[in-house]
Amino acid sequence: MEEGEYEISRRSVLVSSAVTATLAAAGVSEAQPLPKALAPADHKVSFVVNGKGQAFSLDPRITLLDALREHLHLTGTKKGCDHGQCGACTVIVNGERINSCLSLALQHEGDEVTTIEGLGTPEKLHPMQAAFVKHDGYQCGYCTPGQICSAVAVLDEIKRGVPSHVQAELTRAPTPTNAELRERMSGNICRCGAYSNIAEAMADVAEARV
Amino acid sequence: MRLFTYERAKTPAEAARAVAGQPGAKFLAGGTNLIDLMKLEIETPTHLVDVQDLKLDRIEQTGEGGLKIGALVSNTALASDARVRRDYGVLARAIVAGASGQLRNKATTAGNLLQRTRCPYFYDTNMPCNKRKPGSGCAAIAGYSRQLAVIGASDQCIATHPGDMAVALRVLDATVETVNAAGEPRAIPIADFHRLPGATPHIDTNLAPGELITAVTLPRPLGGRHVYEKVRDRASYAFALVSVAAVIQWDGTGRVAFGGVAHKPWRIEAAEAAMPQGAAAVTTSLFADAKPTHDNAFKVPLATRTLAAVIAEGNAA
Amino acid sequence: MKFDTPAGANPTDRMQVLGKPLDRYEARLKTTGTATYAYEYKDVAPNAAYGYILGAAIAKGRITAIDTTLTEAAPGVIGVVTYRNAGKPGVGKFYVQKMLAAPEVDHYHQPVAVVVAETFEQARAASALIRVDYARTDGRYDLAAQKGSAPVPPQGEFGGPNEKRVGDFEPAFAAAAVKVDETYTVPDQAHAMMEPHATIAKWDGERVTCWTSIQQMNWGTRDLGLILGIPKANVRLISPFIGGGFGGKGTVQMDLALAAISARVVGRPVKIALQRPIMFNTTIHRPKTIQRVMLGAGRDGRLTAIGHESWSGNLPGGRTEPTVASTRTFYAGPNRLTRMRLATLDLAEGNAMRAPGEAPGLMALEIAMDELAEKLGMDPVQLRVVNDTQVDPEDPSKPFSTRPFIQCLREGAEQFGWDRRNAKPGQVREGRWLIGMGMAGAIRAGKIAKSGARARLDGKGIITIEADMTDIGTGSYTVVQQTAAEMMGVAPDSIVVKLGDSTFPETPGSGGQQGAPSVTAGVYAACVKLREAVAQRLGFNSAEVDFSDGRVKSGNRSVPLADAAKGGDLLVEDVMEFDKLKDQFQQQTFGAHFAEVAVDAYTGVVRVRRALAVCAAGRILNAKTARSQVIGGITMGIGAALMEEMAIDQRFGFFVNHDLAGYEVPVHADVPHLDAFFIDEVDPTISPVKAKGVGELGLTGVAPAIANAIYNATGVRVREYPITLDKHLEGLPAIA
Ligand SMILES: Cc1cc2nc3c(=O)[nH]c(=O)nc-3n(C[C@H](O)[C@H](O)[C@H](O)COP(=O)(O)OP(=O)(O)OC[C@H]3O[C@@H](n4cnc5c(N)ncnc54)[C@H](O)[C@@H]3O)c2cc1C
Ligand code: SF4
Ligand code: FES
Ligand code: FES
Repeated sequence: MEEGEYEISRRSVLVSSAVTATLAAAGVSEAQPLPKALAPADHKVSFVVNGKGQAFSLDPRITLLDALREHLHLTGTKKGCDHGQCGACTVIVNGERINSCLSLALQHEGDEVTTIEGLGTPEKLHPMQAAFVKHDGYQCGYCTPGQICSAVAVLDEIKRGVPSHVQAELTRAPTPTNAELRERMSGNICRCGAYSNIAEAMADVAEARV
Repeated sequence: MRLFTYERAKTPAEAARAVAGQPGAKFLAGGTNLIDLMKLEIETPTHLVDVQDLKLDRIEQTGEGGLKIGALVSNTALASDARVRRDYGVLARAIVAGASGQLRNKATTAGNLLQRTRCPYFYDTNMPCNKRKPGSGCAAIAGYSRQLAVIGASDQCIATHPGDMAVALRVLDATVETVNAAGEPRAIPIADFHRLPGATPHIDTNLAPGELITAVTLPRPLGGRHVYEKVRDRASYAFALVSVAAVIQWDGTGRVAFGGVAHKPWRIEAAEAAMPQGAAAVTTSLFADAKPTHDNAFKVPLATRTLAAVIAEGNAA
Repeated sequence: MKFDTPAGANPTDRMQVLGKPLDRYEARLKTTGTATYAYEYKDVAPNAAYGYILGAAIAKGRITAIDTTLTEAAPGVIGVVTYRNAGKPGVGKFYVQKMLAAPEVDHYHQPVAVVVAETFEQARAASALIRVDYARTDGRYDLAAQKGSAPVPPQGEFGGPNEKRVGDFEPAFAAAAVKVDETYTVPDQAHAMMEPHATIAKWDGERVTCWTSIQQMNWGTRDLGLILGIPKANVRLISPFIGGGFGGKGTVQMDLALAAISARVVGRPVKIALQRPIMFNTTIHRPKTIQRVMLGAGRDGRLTAIGHESWSGNLPGGRTEPTVASTRTFYAGPNRLTRMRLATLDLAEGNAMRAPGEAPGLMALEIAMDELAEKLGMDPVQLRVVNDTQVDPEDPSKPFSTRPFIQCLREGAEQFGWDRRNAKPGQVREGRWLIGMGMAGAIRAGKIAKSGARARLDGKGIITIEADMTDIGTGSYTVVQQTAAEMMGVAPDSIVVKLGDSTFPETPGSGGQQGAPSVTAGVYAACVKLREAVAQRLGFNSAEVDFSDGRVKSGNRSVPLADAAKGGDLLVEDVMEFDKLKDQFQQQTFGAHFAEVAVDAYTGVVRVRRALAVCAAGRILNAKTARSQVIGGITMGIGAALMEEMAIDQRFGFFVNHDLAGYEVPVHADVPHLDAFFIDEVDPTISPVKAKGVGELGLTGVAPAIANAIYNATGVRVREYPITLDKHLEGLPAIA
């Protein structure tokens, strides 16, 4: 590539004469002032969180994740990447797990949201939480609420017959084998590497259910 | 993320009108791609029309013996549907090979088709990218291009369509049903839906501005053995380096499309005649015009080897 | 308390609480989402404003102009911090990176500005309105290109000598009957901990308090003081929970520095979490290494010459990646040469990541050992056995304090079923899968450092321990609890543990796998003092008292421990200091890793089927958390072997795949059931608790074991990590 091939814009770059390499250029469109007319906090939405109705007046840009963390101070749900790439923000909405970072709060009018705080408390652990404790299915704990919400939802998905990538026969009902659990949990990254223990915690709970 | 206004449409025509009527407006379905890109200001809509109330979330039998999949059917619901699992296994397999359980719960059929490339330079707004900013150049061609296209690319862009579902839809000859602001329906064969980058890499598909996808229809089931083989470095939650969607009949004939290699699912019907002769016979013509980069040259032999695995598994079974 | 002679019998030997697989102290908080991480405090600074960082768009050059007019006018914006109003931020002692481009840009995504606004959404949007003009200059981004001119740098504070010779390497290598001389590369890797670096900073006059995510409090207060130009004593850091670090949060990173600076500029508490897409180029990482390993051996397998030369690159003034550290101590051999060269690169700073030096160093050495074993026609386990040494190979007067390496190898081989391995590569096939087994040895320094603790006994018999130690998932809370319970003869639930506050007694924090041994030694010292204080209060002769079952006993007198605090809490503090033992003994931890992989004969995809580690690390303080540390290390090793690489764009000078979709780390599906076992041993030379660390040991040796297994499966030797399918595809069986 040649110098000067790229259009120079907002974050513009001047090239010193010595440079032979290509030239960095910005791809963002020209800066424009934000439309002041739009007051940010004028969108209304309400949904149920852990059984309790919540009404918000919000900046439309607020994600479900930030509504939970910054507005309701339900900080059990974690922000690991804010881009759908880690699963730390997993919550259960209307019975299905989702990444709350890639959902606007406004998309959830009337929804039922369950977060880690809604599954159990330190005094009264959910069976999945207790199994994580027993099998040491966590280390730093940061991915853990997302893992637990996912784990609860995964067992439910298996029960409902939702198929997975590792299922040998698509038309058969899935069962909670180690391979199934691991594939289905793969949207929850744990950099501490508690995977082996998490799979065992889930197997315990799955077994107790049968 | 720029500020935007938000509304929820009640009918497809109303939604199409709302988007067509306002420059900078976009549909919002699951949001799993659009919101990601808005956070990085790669997408900067000024108005969002949320389509979740359009009641396009059903899967119905068609008069022709196929299936009509509402645009808002979630990836999970589509892969779970008993008819899809039985008659269109390649589609169910492709879907569950993609993204994660959480994402599939939110991802919609239409949104999945319209997900944008994962080219890393497209994702970095400091970098030149013709797709994100027409005319700014393409940083990927002489850059890090391991994930990118080996065929059908242009000197303007070598991005891939990163999705899995569309590859299966291509093999199934699906049709994308739309409606525009005037309420007029249109049926676009999947083969004509995604574009090659050419000189206009910023345009991914042949949808007109404001045109709303209402459904995807599948023709009658093909029978045969349905396979979706996805090759990636990590075992899950990763985009394909190469993927193969195939429907192979018991006599060895069949259909095949590749993902991860081009700006659209890569299928050339004429090449399929060579299926009974084996993988190399098919890929030789399918990839005759391949122009890989240094980083992704491996994808061409990988495509052949992956198809060979798919065929061999069938013979073994 | 000073520790200068090997420990004799003491209360920790009872092992009634210590060593037990206790659930974590903080288990119920972490599993219910009620453990509070840095960004999540609400009451401490209810008016905290949100900071959002704009990273540099170029890798090298300078800012020629910044226009923040639009940003400042944007809704909610309180202030914009750039080098023009930030004061002149200093540099800490451990990292050389500069927290702000000022106006020189040293690396891509180096912070250029912080936008502070009322809400996160406002700060993020306004950050995109800053206009920055840059003058870009040439940078150096390619280690291979700089290799020829990279000097052997002067020895730094860490990492040992950059060149070390023993015997006469060159002639010995030339004369060796069997030789390996190969070059290996380990790419730039990211810590990629799940909690992004985050801080809430609040000033109170001249003093600043930061709720943050940092591994080492003592370094943190020192470095933040230097960066802000204030005395260390005016800095308070609070980090009771840390969402992973792996070295990446060793000391002050951009979030902490810039939150504190921004809060000072805008006159209001500020909270910042680094955005994931900038973390990879903004903060430190494990730098790429190119390593040449030369092994010469006799036909009997005994090494006669061991050479290891390594190249890494860094920002000016940055550290060398000390890859040869393990080569210096691992195997016997009379003629040795280790050398490290350091190039200057204009990428983000390279610095400590889990087992710095040893992890990447063994990724090279332990493949080379496998190559040697094959040339010799010798079993790889046996090759390591014959080259074992019980003394420091560079200084035979210095014995290893403990070195049950052969035991690790033998037990591992036995448990794993190593005898089922076919030594000839490419022979075992199951359907489409080529099956292979591999192994590697592991060695990691067993470090320990001065560590303090405070202990308070109250009238209810509750003992509260305070130390500035951190728990990054390592189990610090739990091992402190167990040590204190053991020492004081009480049940674990009588112990309250408070960590992660820089006002608590100083420890080395979490790093270099010295956290658990150090802090428990400090707790030991404090508990010895508390025992004395208790005995004295109760009128016992302190030499003869026994602390057990919550009681203090001597002769036929037995008193509840709590009685000692009837007249008021007993509060003691002590510091454990270490002296000459570490110079008299080589203190190391050992392991043997075994792995079985399946390689798709068609696509070259690699999947790990089984992995097992046998480790020796002195006394194991908690069987459950120690095992978790090791399997966590194995998991990270799977990533290093198969997928982790920060890809460099040599034109723009940055890591291209800078998010968690682009930089792949293992997911559940990549990781099978993992096994980890420990050798039953104690190391009395390390501390009275006789324990060494395991957190980094678990990672060292994993990736080469997998690499060797892949070779065993395919017969294609890949020497460039990660071993992705494209690197061996051509050598796989031809397809029909
Ligand atoms: C980390 C990560 C990994 C992923 N991995 C994979 C993978 O391996 N394979 C894979 O296939 N996908 C993958 N995905 C992508 C995911 O499948 C898509 O994000 C998802 O399918 C998009 O659907 P959505 O409904 O959320 O779309 P949205 O984000 O709501 O919309 C996407 C686009 O479609 C437009 N749109 C939506 N509905 C309509 C309509 N009815 N008519 C017209 N336009 C419409 C929107 O305006 C927008 O431009 C991954 C995503 C992430 C974040
Ligand atoms: S390949 Fe396409 S998407 Fe990627 S940088 Fe080039 S133009 Fe942009
Ligand atoms: S924070 Fe939502 S997926 Fe990472
Ligand atoms: S417990 Fe630390 S990331 Fe999972």
